[in-house]
Amino acid sequence: MEHVELFFKSIFIDNMVFATFLGMCSYLAVSKKVSTAVGLGAAVIFVLAITVPLNWLLDQYILQPGALSWLGAEYASYDLSFLSFIMFIATIATMVQLVEIVVEKFSPALYNSLGIFLPLIAVNCAILGGSLFMQSREIATLGLALNYGVASGIGWFLAILAIAAIREKIRYSAVPPALRGLGITFIITGLMAIGFMSFGGMLTGGDEGPKQEDATAVEVIEEDINEEDATTKSDLEIAQNTNK
Amino acid sequence: MAKDSRLILDPLTDNNPITIQVLGICSALAITAELEASIVMSISVLFVMGVGNVVISLMRNIIPSKIRIIAQLIVVATLVIIVDLVLKAFAYELSKTLSVFVGLIITNCIIMGRFEAFALGNGPWRSFLDGIGNALGYGIILVIVGFFRELLGSGTLLGIPVLGDPIEKTGLYAFGYENNGFMLLSPMALIVVGIIIWVQRTKNKALIED
Repeated sequence: MEHVELFFKSIFIDNMVFATFLGMCSYLAVSKKVSTAVGLGAAVIFVLAITVPLNWLLDQYILQPGALSWLGAEYASYDLSFLSFIMFIATIATMVQLVEIVVEKFSPALYNSLGIFLPLIAVNCAILGGSLFMQSREIATLGLALNYGVASGIGWFLAILAIAAIREKIRYSAVPPALRGLGITFIITGLMAIGFMSFGGMLTGGDEGPKQEDATAVEVIEEDINEEDATTKSDLEIAQNTNK
Repeated sequence: MAKDSRLILDPLTDNNPITIQVLGICSALAITAELEASIVMSISVLFVMGVGNVVISLMRNIIPSKIRIIAQLIVVATLVIIVDLVLKAFAYELSKTLSVFVGLIITNCIIMGRFEAFALGNGPWRSFLDGIGNALGYGIILVIVGFFRELLGSGTLLGIPVLGDPIEKTGLYAFGYENNGFMLLSPMALIVVGIIIWVQRTKNKALIED
């Protein structure tokens, strides 16, 4: 249940593009055609699925305060968390390079479709963002980290696929000249993001489900709600109370 | 000298990193709900870009081109760790608001983009100017977006109420004005940037895409 929840939450509610604006640069630059968008989207899923679990292991066994205690009691007081940026980005850059080499060697067909996008991905904020959010949201197990990586990738894939399809069609519309290209893409993305916000209630609504699970879902989501968004929060509290 | 000043002035308007080069959008959108966060983010990027461009420019002849991406990432990551620790030490609340987006300066495409496009082929002084110019161009958009979102969304600027008190109904609120809470939500950042692009391209027809 935990897995299913995290999966759908990462795809729809915390969608990388629409909720946190990660990977916007490549999202805007590579969304002119559906076919290239699919290639990049697939590469993002692939790389996130590798780097998030890997960085989870790094975080858990090297970076966190006290994580080095497996080396011996005298290392238990070490806190290397200030190194996490540099460790994460180094892992991502090397993994991307490694994946590129491996894919080129063993599957030339896949390399032809994904290969050109892989170098782009090392500096895609969605990848580093995935690892940093994994760290700040304190994902508990390796399985959940893998789940989170794959699901966030799928969310990003959906977003770039949707905008590429819209941009292919919008060429036939009478957009004001000054808005053509970049301007209208921003505004469409804004409207899509408003649409995706309606998924926000997906895991909180419904009174029929088993009560305990609903309460945990409410808690999980509550963490992510902006603090300033007081009205939603009070709504959540009401929902929580009724569940109790 | 005239050429050097163009390095700073061009990115502010006609070659703006956000609205024209389409670089560094992620952070520009995510943290602009408040003016203060936008300003701090701009200053952080200014520091990282200014110093980073100089460092890369000094090292440009000794970095093998095959591993340059990793070398660049390490330089940026080091600078960003400095920024992050300084923010945590002196502005803890703010660093909570910015959360992971300080870390995401590392993959801010403006920085990598300018390293690749400029610092690898130019001397330290010109690279420094280019870094400062692009960071200012980035900052200007952040500040504009942050200004409108905070003013229209919560009626404050830098946390100080400027339109009166919404609860006591003073100032503008006495005439029935309401804060538009929608401006604080993330999608509005996209739409505000879209409108900035619209205004800019209406003024300068040469920038219109076909």
